[in-house]
Parts: sequence; structure tokens; C-alpha cells
Amino acid sequence: MMTRRDFVKNGVTAFTFSLAAPAFLSDLARAQGAASRNLIVLDLSGGNDGLSMLVPYTDASYYSRRPTLAIPAGTVLQVGADASGKALGLHPKLTGLRDIFNQGRLALVQRVGYENSSRSHFSGTDIWSTANPSNSTGSGWVGRYLSTLPAPLDPLVAWNTTGDTPHALLSASVSVASIPSVTSYAFSSPNSGDEAARERTAAASIASHVPVDKPHVAFVGTSARAAMATLDRVAAVGQYKPTVSYPNNGFGQALQAVSGAMAKGVGTRVFWVQTGGFDTHAAQDTTADAGAYVKLMVTLNDGITALHNDLQNQGLLNSTLLLTFSEFGRRVSENGSKGTDHGAASVLLAMGGGVRGGLYGTAASLSPDTSNPTLENAAGDVHYETDFRSVYAKVIDNWLGGDSVGVLGGNFRKSGIDFV
Amino acid sequence: MAAGDLVIAHLLRRAGFGASGAELAAYSQLSYAAAVDRLINYDALPDAVDANIGKPGFVGTTSRGAFSPNTVPDDARQRWLFRMVHSDRPLQEKMTLFWHNYFATGLSKVTAGIKSENGTRLMAAKASEDPARQQGQIEMLRANALGTVQDLLVAIAKDPAMLIWLDGDTNTKAKPQENFGRELMELFSRGVGYYTEEDVYAAARVFTGWNLSRPANPQDPSAAFAFVYNANQHETAAKTFSFPIYSDGGRTIPSRAASGGMQDGLDLIAALSTHPETARRLVSKLFAFFVSETATPDPAFIDELATVYLQNGTAIKPVLQRLLTSPQFQDPAIFFTRYAWPAEFVVRALKETGWTGFSVGSALTALVNMGQELLEPPSVAGWVLGQSWFSTGAMLARMNFASTLAANQKFNLAAASAGARGSARSVVDFLVSRLTVDVGNDVYNDLLAYAAAGVTWTGSDAQLQAKAPGVVHLILGSPEYQFT
Repeated sequence: MMTRRDFVKNGVTAFTFSLAAPAFLSDLARAQGAASRNLIVLDLSGGNDGLSMLVPYTDASYYSRRPTLAIPAGTVLQVGADASGKALGLHPKLTGLRDIFNQGRLALVQRVGYENSSRSHFSGTDIWSTANPSNSTGSGWVGRYLSTLPAPLDPLVAWNTTGDTPHALLSASVSVASIPSVTSYAFSSPNSGDEAARERTAAASIASHVPVDKPHVAFVGTSARAAMATLDRVAAVGQYKPTVSYPNNGFGQALQAVSGAMAKGVGTRVFWVQTGGFDTHAAQDTTADAGAYVKLMVTLNDGITALHNDLQNQGLLNSTLLLTFSEFGRRVSENGSKGTDHGAASVLLAMGGGVRGGLYGTAASLSPDTSNPTLENAAGDVHYETDFRSVYAKVIDNWLGGDSVGVLGGNFRKSGIDFV
Repeated sequence: MAAGDLVIAHLLRRAGFGASGAELAAYSQLSYAAAVDRLINYDALPDAVDANIGKPGFVGTTSRGAFSPNTVPDDARQRWLFRMVHSDRPLQEKMTLFWHNYFATGLSKVTAGIKSENGTRLMAAKASEDPARQQGQIEMLRANALGTVQDLLVAIAKDPAMLIWLDGDTNTKAKPQENFGRELMELFSRGVGYYTEEDVYAAARVFTGWNLSRPANPQDPSAAFAFVYNANQHETAAKTFSFPIYSDGGRTIPSRAASGGMQDGLDLIAALSTHPETARRLVSKLFAFFVSETATPDPAFIDELATVYLQNGTAIKPVLQRLLTSPQFQDPAIFFTRYAWPAEFVVRALKETGWTGFSVGSALTALVNMGQELLEPPSVAGWVLGQSWFSTGAMLARMNFASTLAANQKFNLAAASAGARGSARSVVDFLVSRLTVDVGNDVYNDLLAYAAAGVTWTGSDAQLQAKAPGVVHLILGSPEYQFT
């Protein structure tokens, strides 16, 4: 694969590359200048129960197969019917998302997955991260996209709000800044004043060496170097005053850092945010205020709504796309623990000023008939309709202005999911 | 250091958490074989470390109210860190940490619904100190640290914290729960690729009725939680697997009366623990932990270790005996090449820098920022090891812990450096040696430049109090120090 970095090495500038952009690059992407856009990838870790998030409230099998977990039809937030005519509703706590949906900035892509879906958290996450179901040990899809940007890449080109670098961001050539807390991302010293400054100078020098005979030390040096190079800009983000108040939880604070980084213009193209707890094997409780799934939906709704409103106030919504994923959906029938086990395909959210809101794809029929083609695993799990790589392709081609074929290692472009 | 001392220091870093100057001197009196023997046969030494908590001369702890390591999460963490720093049985703590990552169980889910006190008891209570003789999971792992994997798997299948963590407590005849059965095969034994979805469903049925007996008031801090086999919740039909369960190659666990159905789970665990796939997977993890996580192991060596494992009834002690005395382990080329886990980094830094006047409580938030909160692994697969420890934020957290420790030890370090006060270079040499770090010329020159910067060297106490902690901060925060 020829990367953009190779183009630059060969003396072809990024400018001529953009003039030579292939025809699949959407008019919108060209007109608005994809370079100023950013992407927020939101990992709903644990395996999100899509059927409780986007409820098929007219499907009788939904109620018969989920005697304690089904959400009453009268309480869902109706969002109309999909292309197959099936009426759907958001979880009752997703009121902010419903408003964003009504404003046309939220897309719900149904039944996203892949053939022979893994039911393992770890294999599943690796597959979604690498975009490669047959060998999920290589680089991540976001990392590969970033490696096509003109070199040298700034360490803040990607901003991970979690402590560990997620697999999707890994690539051989891109170093990602991990900033779980903006305020603790600072250089401290046992001394003060000039002596502390001397230590910082020495630490930067120590981090600058690349011992070629010790690649493992060189690797850690890369992290130390990137840390030293990003301290001041991250400190500026710490000064950001949002226009709305974000929820006082890890997810809300991570989203505040994201909008702060955008507002301060630190140059980040891809943000990574995670919120967990979706592995609801037991006591999933989708309806009571203290219910496990209800709390997940409140966290999600309040965080995304705050982000949406803040970015709108800052004039940044049109340059932002938020995309969710989860390693798998969950079993259609509830289990004996009033929870749901690992399933297959699920629903994705895409939110932003450039999103064409609405329902994409068609809902599964939840009939337990084993010949039901919209389910798999003896009608136990939702069968995918849209390959997740087609969603990635849409984002890479139409939003980021990249080449999805190169990044994904194949042509996964698909019509009918034109949410950006 | 003499070559023999270098390999002893390596042994103490890998089979323990590094060594204080006094410990290194003591072990250096022993032959290599005797040092390994002392580490492995730790049962010969009294398990007396906890009695030193709170005594002068040892690292401190910080708690709100009375120190309560059986019921308060941060106190449990501090007790464990204290053991890592001061135990005479470092390999026991090291293997407990290995197993904590292997059977990774998270306190926050265990705690839900039973209150923090009881969640902490299930994770960390010492039976001899608990009103109901409750034994926490970490204590169970510690007691079985070098025992057989078969015993460990049975104990973990019955462990109250695990029964909550992987939902075994709700595994019933009517609705088998897949969570434990899946991870038993995926993470605790054979590994991905060596079981099918049908095996997961069968394993779930095998463990139906392996439940948890909760006290009437689950928030009562003196009540007992115990494994219970509920015969009336056991699914009695036969269970067939894609791999052999019995020595005659039989793949079907027979239908049994509910009263004897607990044998299903024991049969499955016996099979899983002795499968060649399990043996290879487990010894490969031990190889990565003790020898190298970057070099591809010689397949013949892995086979050799797997054979030791299988020939000794799945016992870990003989495997470690072979591993630690192997030429592969003693090869100087692997010294300082394994990415240190945050807990390893913190404890080694304390043992080498000094701890008088420091509290392990000051390491707790730092460990969270470095990506390793003890008792709270990110998932049942444990922490992501190796390079993944070194995001920019985590690296900064290590550098900042180095700063916290160096600042706290300012006067101790200045006093210790007094004998080397003749020049900036002699102070740097002294501290590099004390921290047993293999810095290359480039870093050494940076340290020298820093030590001499901005001062006309006199070696005064004031200079030592600034420069000694400054140099220690830079060494502990250097890329070179992040390896064990």
C-alpha cells in the first residue's frame, strides 16, 4: 500500500495529493476541507445490548423473549420506522439523543457486525479494532488511517482519553498521546524554580535519545518524548471553560477534554473515548431508575448531549463526527440472571453537524423460528446486515477524506448507509 | 557489581521486586542455586511480613481511621504493596500478582450490592483476621501461589468473588450462565481457538448449581459468603465437548444424578488443567513473565516446561525451578528487557531509593495513573502488558511518581550521598549504582550535565539536597529504568 507518507517522501506534496483526490471523495468532504475535521470514536465496552438502546417495540417476540427486560412500548422515545417499515424507539432515558435525532444530526445504523461474529470480548474488540476478522493481531484501523497523513505526525494527532492505548489506534509509525486526566498531565519535580527547569531540560534530553541497539528502550523513549512535547498544549486545554456543564463522571470529563482540545485548536484529528459496563450478564434492569442498563443510558445520553450542545455553542459541531461501536451485541432472549449473554450484530450511533440523521438499515425480526434469516445461532442472536467495515469506509472516505480501500485493505464501500 | 551479583540482582528483580542494598548483600552470599532455592521454597521462611506494618524502619501506610486491610480497598492495596516491599518471600508476592492478572477479578463488580466492606473481604480478607474466617481471593491465590493449577482452578471456580465476578452465582438449570464457562476455557486454560461455542454452552451447563450462599443480610460485615453446590439447580443431562474430557478420549461428561452432579465441574477442570494446550499456554505466559515477552521462545524450551508441568500433576513450583535455573533465564542479554508493570516499577523504586518516611498510600493514585490499580484490573483478561503500559500519560505518571518519591526522600538521599560529595560526577556515579540501572552514555552525560548545571560545585548539604533528589527523579523517570 502506498501511504501518503510515501507520496511526501517522493516529493509529491499533500496539496497535489488533495487535487488528485479520487472520485469517491464526496463533494462535501472536498468543499469543507476534510483537514479541519475530527473524529471521536466512542467505545461502549462490554458488548452493548442494541435491542435495549433502539427498541423494536412492535415486535411481539421482543416481549415474549425478554419477559423482565423488555421496555414497555408506551415508554420508548419513538423515532419513526426504518426502511422495512418497522417502528422503533430509543431507550426512554435517551431524551437528549432523541432531540439531536429530531434535529437531523443523529444517525442510527442497525445490525452492524460481520460474518461469524466472535463472542469473545477480547477477540471481538481486536476484530473491531483491526478491521480484520481473519487476523486481528495487526495494527488498528485508526492507526493505519493516521499513518496516511503527511509526516511528521504531531503526537497530538490522536488523543486517547483512556490510560492504555487502544488497539484501534496502534500502528508502527504513529505515537498516540494518552491523556486520562488533563490536570495530572504535567511535569512535576522534587525541586522548584530554576532547579526544576533544569530537571525538565534534562528529562527532555534523556527522552530524546534513540538507542538503536535497544528497541524496547527506544519505544519507551518515544512515549517520554511525546509526553514532554505535549505538556504545554495539554495544559492549555486544562484552561478550557465549557459553555455547558459536563456530567461529573469519567465519561463526561473525557468529553469535556475533547471539546477543550477542539476549542484550543491543538490539532487533534481523532479522539478516543470509552465508557464501559455494558457486559450485562446479570441484573441488567432496563427500566428502574437504579437499573444497570438505565444508568448506562443516562451516562451515555448526558455525556453526548453535553458534548453536542457545547460544540454547537462553540461553532465546532460541523467539524465533528462522533461514532460509537461495541465489540458485539447481546443475545435476543434474556438469561436466568435477568441479563443477556454475548450476541452478535448491534446498532451504531453517528452524531455530528455533518451527519445525515435518521434510521439506516433494517431491524431484525426477533421471531425464534430458526429459519429466520435476520437472526443467527439458532435464532439466538441478531445477524449482521451491514459489515462494520462498510461503516468505517464511509467515515474514512466521506468524512476524513482518506482512502478506505488502502486503510481497510479492501473495498467495503456500500450504498444505503450514507450517514455522512 | 561482580558478574555473579548481576545475575542475583536480575533474579531478585524477576522473581521478586528488586532488592534493597541489604537484601542484595544477603543474597549475594549465596550460590545462584541456593538463591533460587531460598526464593522458591519460601515455605521454609515464616510468613511474618504483616506484623511489621506500622513499625518504624518500614515503609508507612496512610488510612482514614484505623488501618483496615480486610475491609477497606485502599488499605488492602497498601498491605499488598507493603508485602511486595518487605516480604522475605518475594516470589510468593510475585506469583500472587501473576495470578491476580491471570484470574483478573475486579473489586467494583464484586462490591456491587454487598457494600464495599464485604466486597473487600471477598477480594482481600485474611481468614485469620476475619470475623467469619472469610478468605479473600488474593489470599487464596497467595496460599496456592506455587501449587497445582488443578487445585487453583477448583478453588477459583468456588471462589466467592469469582462467583460474583463471572456470574456463577446465577448459573441455574433453567438458564445456564455462560460467563464463567467461557472464560474458564478462553482465559484460564486452553485459550482462544481451542474451544467452540458449543463447548461454551456445555461448560455453562456443567457449572449449573455452582452458586454462592449469601448471608441473609448481604451487607452484614461479619457474615460469611460461601460456595454452595445447589443440586436442585444442576442440569443433569450429559455434556459433550469438542475435546477429550477423560483419559480414554471420551468427550462426554455422563448424565449424573443431581446429588453427584458437582463431579461434572471437577471432571471438566481436571481435563482442562492437563490438556497440552493449557500446559503450553500457561508455561508460555510464565516464560513471558519471567524470561522475555519480546523474544520468541524456543519451542523446545516451551515443550520442556510443558512436560515438567504435566509430569508434576500441574504443579507450578517444579516449572519455576526449571525456568529460573535455565540458561535462558540467566542470559545477560535479557537483563532489563521486560517492560516493568507499574507495581513492579513502584516497589523496585522504593527498595532502591529508600522508604523511611514514605507511605505506600502515596503510590495509590500514581498506580491508577500508570494504569495498574490493584484489585481493579480492566477486564477478566487482566492488564494489557508490555508496550501497552507506556502511553504518554502513563509514562508521565511514572515520571511524576519518581518526582514524588525523590522529593519525599530528599534528606535521606542527600545524607546517603554525603560520602560521594567530592564532585557532581561522584554523586551521579553513586546514585546510578544505588538504583542498579544500566544507563547508556547518552543518559549518563545528561545526568552529569544536570548535576553540574547552575551551580559551582561545593558538595554542600544544600547542593546535595537539590541535586541528589533531582538525579534520582531523572533516573527513575528515564526510559532505561522502566525495565526489569
